[in-house]
Amino acid sequence: MDFRFIPEQEEFRKEFISWVEKNLPDDWDSARYRKYETQEKLKQAYKDFQKKLFDAGYAAMHYPKEYGGQGRTLMEEIIVLQVLSTTCIELRMPGVVTHGMAVPTIFTCGSDEQKKIFLPKIFDGTHIWCQGFSEPDAGSDVANVSTMAVKEGDHYIVNGQKVWTSYAHMSDYCLLLVRTDPDTAKHKGLSYLLVDMSLPGIDVRPMTQITGEAEFNEVFFTDVEVPIEMLVGHENQGWQIAITTLMFERVIGDVVIGAAYEKNIHRMIEMAERTKRSGKAVIEDPVFRQQLAKSYIEVMVLKYHGLRSFSHQLKGGIPGPEGSIGKLLWSEPNQRLTETAIGMQGPNSQIMGGSPWSIDDGMWQYAFLRSKGNTIEAGTSEIQRNIIGERVLGLPKDISRAKIAKGKD
Amino acid sequence: MDITLTREQQDIAKEARRFLTNECPFDYVREMFEDERGFTDDIWTKMAEMDWMAMRIPEAYGGLGMDQIDLNTVLEEMGRAVLPGPFFSTVMLAAEVIIEAGTDAQKEDYLPGIADGKLKGTLALHEADGGADLNYIQMPAHAKGNDLILNGTKLFVPDAHVADFLVCVSRTKNGNDPTRGITLFLVDPDMDGISVHPLPTMDGSRRLSAVEFNNVQLGTGSILGELNNGWTPLQRVLQRAQVGLSAECVGGAQRAMEIATDYAKVRIQYDQPIGAFQAIKHRCAQMFVDSESARSILYWAAWAQDHADEKEAAISASVAKTYCTEAFTHNAASGIQVLGGTGFTMENEMNLFLKRAKANEMALGDPVYHRERVMQLLIQ
Repeated sequence: MDFRFIPEQEEFRKEFISWVEKNLPDDWDSARYRKYETQEKLKQAYKDFQKKLFDAGYAAMHYPKEYGGQGRTLMEEIIVLQVLSTTCIELRMPGVVTHGMAVPTIFTCGSDEQKKIFLPKIFDGTHIWCQGFSEPDAGSDVANVSTMAVKEGDHYIVNGQKVWTSYAHMSDYCLLLVRTDPDTAKHKGLSYLLVDMSLPGIDVRPMTQITGEAEFNEVFFTDVEVPIEMLVGHENQGWQIAITTLMFERVIGDVVIGAAYEKNIHRMIEMAERTKRSGKAVIEDPVFRQQLAKSYIEVMVLKYHGLRSFSHQLKGGIPGPEGSIGKLLWSEPNQRLTETAIGMQGPNSQIMGGSPWSIDDGMWQYAFLRSKGNTIEAGTSEIQRNIIGERVLGLPKDISRAKIAKGKD
Repeated sequence: MDITLTREQQDIAKEARRFLTNECPFDYVREMFEDERGFTDDIWTKMAEMDWMAMRIPEAYGGLGMDQIDLNTVLEEMGRAVLPGPFFSTVMLAAEVIIEAGTDAQKEDYLPGIADGKLKGTLALHEADGGADLNYIQMPAHAKGNDLILNGTKLFVPDAHVADFLVCVSRTKNGNDPTRGITLFLVDPDMDGISVHPLPTMDGSRRLSAVEFNNVQLGTGSILGELNNGWTPLQRVLQRAQVGLSAECVGGAQRAMEIATDYAKVRIQYDQPIGAFQAIKHRCAQMFVDSESARSILYWAAWAQDHADEKEAAISASVAKTYCTEAFTHNAASGIQVLGGTGFTMENEMNLFLKRAKANEMALGDPVYHRERVMQLLIQ
């Protein structure tokens, strides 16, 4: 057992850190959480930085050169992602779905042509992707998807509505889960399409989150004609594709999020040193020290659990449903962490950014509100515990869900 | 980076599982709860034959010179079985402190005997009024000619009632800074002036005693290591022992989860297994989350004791001690809830897990102590 990088990896990490320091946007301040005034500016900042990464040979480290990757190792990719998480995670957010979901799905299940068309444009920052999964009647019950794709000649005609579609408003393409067979059991009639968001009939309507931003959207599809060569894998295989590709990605996501939270907990300790309560620094308060330590411990648990799962994957292990643990280890602790951050600020915690009385320009207020989405997005906590209970521990499904699953089989 | 157990470590764990399943079933543990000594010589001898006492002892002194992570694989299984008896106090406390602080002669005197199962020992650390604070050591050792005189009471000394020797932590220079003036003594509990009083311990598988020292006269040969310099080696030993307790907790937490989950599959209410209800299913799922994530943090802490710098070794020990012991307590309590009335009876084994979990949570610094220690280490 060894938790360290080997010397060559450590060398690479240092080299990359120094590259990042030189290549972040001119006005970048790593000590502050960067908020962009408009979504358009954020999108452009992401694209510019991704292009720089690509040109310098740091984008898609472990993907083959023929698809625009660097043909190196997954370990180096993880090193890159960890460094980016701790220096400029804000800049990476518009690409979360693109790199976390679209890339592995296209790479693992797409045709050679799809890989050659789409992957290089993602890696060099040209394209942003979104993922059309949830619908008004398909939330946790995602297999209930009713957006239809009907084959007509050399096209699928797509009709329906997606919701909570993150970054659809800045996306060039969409990884779209559609129903191609309405007559089989729910999860068996689904397919994956790669959809150009500029096609006629697609209407994107941003939805404002409790943070005040519009990160996600409603997306309406009305008689959208998608060429049949945009089908991923085979028809009616969409469910299997979704499950297999996302499990590999979940582990990488946990490692990346662990690195970001580790930075946040140190920021929080630093905030506690200069924030006062009864005339004394909050860091001297034994109650808050206990809470800070609790959060630090939870962040270490996420970090080392993520690395352990990743190490298992590197040795050829196939990640299973136990990947659901990682989701629970970042989402719920982040709510506790941000709750503590707000709590330490006392009445100042009510002040968002933009006032002389704001603390850290409102980054903790934003983080607190944003964290409430953590236990909903990417599978609610309840769904994660169902997955663990049923697929890891082998507990039976509840009677109503067992009936539905059998229903159309 | 490789955060997986080697084949050899997996084999050690498998062998330990097999041994303890046979030799330390629930009935044995329950019987030992009532036993005066709390364990049998038979199992002790067999464990010595398995070389478990020798794992951490250097090869020069008759041991196998293995890492913490190797011994951890066995400790996890011991936690799973709620093994009663003085293994932990002998191997993780007494042996480690001699390895860390002892002179060559002292190592020669004690370590081979521990390695082959002939000697049992323990560490007398806690005092009244210290609470969970490991740094609070006041018991004086006054000079009298060339000798030193020990007076005072040590509390919560594990397995003192069966120990062949004690390592007693005393103050030989005044002041409250635990890093200065602490001296470790090797003491024979049969000496004049020493009396051992077993305490009515909640966890009958891990007995605690009060040990009184009444004008106990010791020669300088009884000093383990150096006069006044006992704190630094002791701190390293305590960290290892905290990780060792964490290993027991991970094993116990996993077993509690398994028992609860198995029960939830077969217990029928409202015409279906109770595990189909999300109220139960989610509780079981959380038990799995707690035990598996605890194992991840345990591996880090165990590795760090042998391979990381001092700060990382110290932080990781406190992180693991807090997280793993609390995970075990949660899982044992959840286990009782899932089992319902059955889980609340002495007949059922779940209460053994709860009692051991609580004992481990309180031993060698409780979670409040360790969270404060994490903060001190982070801010220093």
